[in-house]
Amino acid sequence: MSNHHISVTVNGAVQEADVDARLLLVHFIREDLNLTGTHIGCDTTHCGACTVLIDGKAIKSCTYFAVQADGAEVSTVEGLAQNGDLHPIQEGFREMHGLQCGFCTPGMMISSVALLEQNPNPTEDEIRWGISGNLCRCTGYVNIVKAVQYASEKMQE
Amino acid sequence: MIPPSFDYEAPTSVKEAVAILGKNPEAKILAGGQSLIALMKLRLASPEVLVDINKIEGLGYIKEDDGWLKIGAMTRESDLDASDLVRKKYPLLADTPRVIADPLVRNLSTLGGNLAHADPANDHPATMLAYGAELVASGPKGERTIPVEDFFTGPFETSLAQDELLTEIRIPAPDGKSGGAYVKMERKVGDFATAAVAAQVKLGNNGVVEQVGIGLTNVGLTPIKATAAEESLRGKEADQAAISEAAQLASEAAEPEEDPRGSVDYKRALVKTLTHRAIKAAVGRAQGGKS
Repeated sequence: MSNHHISVTVNGAVQEADVDARLLLVHFIREDLNLTGTHIGCDTTHCGACTVLIDGKAIKSCTYFAVQADGAEVSTVEGLAQNGDLHPIQEGFREMHGLQCGFCTPGMMISSVALLEQNPNPTEDEIRWGISGNLCRCTGYVNIVKAVQYASEKMQE
Repeated sequence: MIPPSFDYEAPTSVKEAVAILGKNPEAKILAGGQSLIALMKLRLASPEVLVDINKIEGLGYIKEDDGWLKIGAMTRESDLDASDLVRKKYPLLADTPRVIADPLVRNLSTLGGNLAHADPANDHPATMLAYGAELVASGPKGERTIPVEDFFTGPFETSLAQDELLTEIRIPAPDGKSGGAYVKMERKVGDFATAAVAAQVKLGNNGVVEQVGIGLTNVGLTPIKATAAEESLRGKEADQAAISEAAQLASEAAEPEEDPRGSVDYKRALVKTLTHRAIKAAVGRAQGGKS
């Protein structure tokens, strides 16, 4: 067992902590930082509810140790809205009814943000490919795709 | 789920990593972690020491050099997928990451990890068998090269010593009319293969198959090199009859077990179909000038 001092920038704010090596990043985010927008779904690297950005890349934070994030920049769903204004992807999910129960939504939005960063104007196929690591059991994905298309258009205005 | 406790080391050089491995017989290497951390959470793996090699610089690259495509072991699947060089000249390698797990996992998972983990369900082993790749291992006495045929010794077992680190993968640069394809049957995105087949061919000017490699995924305790199928195709024109014969021989080389993905008979039939498709696609790409 080993303890490690880490310094992680989360949504722009530097966070210092002493963590056990086995602490998963998702637990660090939810329990140490009280940022509970990042969800734990399957806890087995399948569902993507725990998706966050590490240095701009979308990953599953249930399959990553907090100690690995030392020195990195982490973005969670709480960092999307700026000064009370919704991020276009959040607006898209609201306007296009991209959620029902909402459990997958934070992960879906983070994956979509990463996708739109790489590919600002994706086709429907590319959107479905981009979110294929995120499972939704309510919507059938149709309105999620529309939400991403909405954000894509809005972000190119 | 919380994994059992372990000591965490994050060396910044290969030499340092090798030294830590040498001192800790129960150490495991943490590369992308997308298989290992999942196993640790299920307590199917409980290494005493985790050697995180993500802080070692210079292990992620894709470059052609001296007749080989050289890939650093820490190259992420997403980087392979995004590589123009791979897409242009190595279609078999380009096919493979696109069917591994999902985009989120591929941002972390590595080519070296996919090989060194030696899960018979992993996809790159068959691809590397089809290419006739070489693997570079770094240990206390320096580097040695292992032909991929000698690498997989059993399920989750390789010929790497405990104090060795896989550092580079070398694929022979294709010349002439070469092409390849990886064809996988998966039940849904992110699932392991029910079966998958990698094929790489080189055609002579007369259309005859000069070189051929065929690898099979998840139909045995290790990835399988379908040597009888390769031999039957070599020296022949890749017409329907020759491809069918090779596909039949590949299905006979498979040693699948029944599981929720299918029965033994189903998987053998699947290997035959997938081999047929993989060879056909490989030949098509070779003829299309994609060297």
